[in-house]
Amino acid sequence: MKYWLTLLLGLYALVAQAGIEVHKFSSPAVENDYKELVAELRCLVCQNQNLADSNADLAVDLRNQVFKMLEEGKSKQEILDYMVARYGDFVLYRPPLDKATALLWLGPAIILLFGMLGAFLFIRNHRLSPDDQDEESGNTAP
Amino acid sequence: MKLKHLIPLVIFLVIAGFLAYGLSLDPRKVPSPLIGKPAPQFELPSLLEPGKTVSTQDYRGQVWLLNVWATWCVSCRQEHGLLVDVSRNLDIPLVGLDYKDEAEPAKQWLQRLGNPYQVVAFDADGMVGIDWGVYGTPETYLIDKQGIIRFKQIGPITPQILRDTILPMVQHLEESA
Repeated sequence: MKYWLTLLLGLYALVAQAGIEVHKFSSPAVENDYKELVAELRCLVCQNQNLADSNADLAVDLRNQVFKMLEEGKSKQEILDYMVARYGDFVLYRPPLDKATALLWLGPAIILLFGMLGAFLFIRNHRLSPDDQDEESGNTAP
Repeated sequence: MKLKHLIPLVIFLVIAGFLAYGLSLDPRKVPSPLIGKPAPQFELPSLLEPGKTVSTQDYRGQVWLLNVWATWCVSCRQEHGLLVDVSRNLDIPLVGLDYKDEAEPAKQWLQRLGNPYQVVAFDADGMVGIDWGVYGTPETYLIDKQGIIRFKQIGPITPQILRDTILPMVQHLEESA
């Protein structure tokens, strides 16, 4: 059983190897920048994946482009600008805060506020109901 | 019934409203940042004339269309017949950009299905495609006399889009200086 499992996993490793392109980074800092960039750039073909995860042809090309630009000494911001100039804010998983994205960025905070307000009201009503009178004396108000 | 019992219903309706709107959008339609910007320059080998090149410089001062296609692209084939038809009565250049393709199958494709293009630029490694923000073939760009991209169609052109959007825009751009 163990033997077969080892063999199976070994075969799987072969398959997994096939889809990966190998980049020779000139320094660990560049490799780090590369990993960060491909994680936060969106693949335009399969839109719910980032460049790092996608096997689409275009994603491979764009990864190579990111690698090439980093090795040419371009900064991360220059590469992000390069991508945005071609594909728009859509390629960024963290789009800039502006009028169109305000709801996207502030939405969670607004929902949290509503939730806190609801919780506050609920707790206050609960406290004032008669069955909880004796319990209330033991608590300090927030 | 107390008013506050309606709150969950209201929240549900708001969320349902957003979701219904979301379903009506086409996620493939990414607004192009290139509309209203100068078309990226390129100079590429011509697919059909060995030794010659196709350059955006050749079209300065003209209104022209760039159609991005490839033999591996299924919807390009669907669009191709329309392009062949259109090219017969089109008085502006229709330039093809053969994107990430192989030369021989591409030539055969044009021989078999007809060639609607004035010239075809051959973008084997897709670098020009990246400059133009191509992410889903077919894509069609309308460029004005100043070299500004005025319109981009993502996905196949339909007779309706051609009649209602592209041809009127071409006429308008042709008339302006």
